[in-house]
Amino acid sequence: MAFIEIKNVYQKRDGRDILKNVNLSIDRAKVFALIGPTGAGKTTLLRLIDMLDKPSAGRFLFDGIDVTSSDGARLAARRRLAFVLQKPVVFNTSVYDNIIYGLRWHGLDGQRVREKADAILETVGMTAYRKRYARTLSGGEVQRVAFARALATSPEVLLLDEPTANLDPLSASKIEDLVWGIVKRDAITVIMATHDMSQGQRLADRIGVLVNGEMVQTGGAREIFTSPNSQEVALFVGMENIIDGVISACEKELAVISVDGGTVEAVTSCSAGEKVHVGIRPEDVTLSLSSLSSSARNCLVGMVNYTVYDGPLCRVGLDCGFPLVSLVTRKSAEEMDLQKGKKVYATFKAVAIHVIRRH
Amino acid sequence: MSEFWQGFAKAFELIVTLDPEVVEITIRTLVISLSSCFLAAIICVPLGSLIHFKQFWGKRLLINFVQTFYSIPTVVVGLVVFVLFSGTGPLGVFKLMYTPAIMVLGQVILISPIVTGLVISALSNVDKNITDTARSLGANGWQTMLVTIKDARFAVIAAVTLSFGRAISEVGLALMVGGNIRGFTRVLTTAISLETAKGDIELSIALGIILIVIALIINLGLNRLQQRR
Repeated sequence: MAFIEIKNVYQKRDGRDILKNVNLSIDRAKVFALIGPTGAGKTTLLRLIDMLDKPSAGRFLFDGIDVTSSDGARLAARRRLAFVLQKPVVFNTSVYDNIIYGLRWHGLDGQRVREKADAILETVGMTAYRKRYARTLSGGEVQRVAFARALATSPEVLLLDEPTANLDPLSASKIEDLVWGIVKRDAITVIMATHDMSQGQRLADRIGVLVNGEMVQTGGAREIFTSPNSQEVALFVGMENIIDGVISACEKELAVISVDGGTVEAVTSCSAGEKVHVGIRPEDVTLSLSSLSSSARNCLVGMVNYTVYDGPLCRVGLDCGFPLVSLVTRKSAEEMDLQKGKKVYATFKAVAIHVIRRH
Repeated sequence: MSEFWQGFAKAFELIVTLDPEVVEITIRTLVISLSSCFLAAIICVPLGSLIHFKQFWGKRLLINFVQTFYSIPTVVVGLVVFVLFSGTGPLGVFKLMYTPAIMVLGQVILISPIVTGLVISALSNVDKNITDTARSLGANGWQTMLVTIKDARFAVIAAVTLSFGRAISEVGLALMVGGNIRGFTRVLTTAISLETAKGDIELSIALGIILIVIALIINLGLNRLQQRR
């Protein structure tokens, strides 16, 4: 049996289903990322796992114990978890006291409390802040206190809700390094909610995609990224180009798919006549001014609709009979002098296309 | 007008020379009001917390009810206490009428709704994330309650201080159940009321000044507290 088992869990609020029939199992010492758009129910699910709320229906087993029953069991189980909220708050006392509260609640004696508090302050580099009134800390510092306070209790499971959403990229990566060092060292099981696909992919062993309260797909990080099983997931993992089509011919695994204004070739297990979505990542679409003779099976003519420069990259919107977005380097966009109305050739490989059955 | 200024001058003299009667009345007033305030606090802070933290049927109604009693007239409380504790009343056997003890009891009844109600609203103003954070860090029900009260401590202290202000400044109740007995149940407000009726304006003004100074100190203290937030 898995370390954490969630079975047919529903959560209703004001007559609305926030979570619908969620099933999940997470193994010990693994990092699980819950991804999904805002309002998908990620926080609600984390709150259920931390036993802050009870599910409306379904079972929740933590380390083999059914914790949906008694309050005592829930408290005992909750003390084995730590939850860092999306917008962490500090108690209106000193940084040091913020850290020792949790340790005291865990029933540690004074000596152990002091040792652990000192050690964690040292680890997160906040020893100099121990006497500071916590409400005067900056956002990043509050986040660090929140992590320190959670990790000080030596949790077996760490729940993180958008751990770095409110931080600038530099502080975010600092915190990530810090927390991940401890997570790996102590083999902590982590369940993190994030809307940042790349963070999920970078840190997680497994990913679950939550859309409108339903777990629409779970799988390995790479699998979710490359083989989304629905249009929602595909859009969410950055398959920006999703085109509706019908498979017109199939030969072994290579299919010809009719789309608006042409055909594309893709590798798929779908058979002829099936209605499908064709998903293509913008970074898999290369652009050129002349027709390339390459091994890529798809080469479409299109007109540039717009260009958006973003740092070293340029996002190019094309009209190939259907809208197609390509991501190229700023340098090549400038060299090709891409401007609205310019004719270009868009090339992508058959294997770069991800075909999803349309229901 | 000259009478007024004369009274004022005399009043200062009474205060500065620490007139025994003025000092005695002031001390008694403080002891009675502080006692009722203290008792109300130890009853109502936990009571307000319980009401805030527990979910039960009619909670909203109860809170509305408590808030209604913020402005209960002091004489009504006086009347109720009088009826209960007078010689023929159901609690008359305790022979508490016209003692400082019954004044304290009456004031506790008077200010309890304020303390309870303001504690409830102080706790409702605590960020819900504070209670969630406490629970997620392993706090049980009591520990969560304590840390929440601690978070709201400035507002809770403000609630108690406000109730002290109401206790020390009321006159109807003190007069009805205390009886304004010289050297026993006479407090600042009842003394002012009586001395003014008797025409001893100087003493009234002196006591009035003291009452205002106490109010001023309370207010300054409250302001300081609020600035610390």
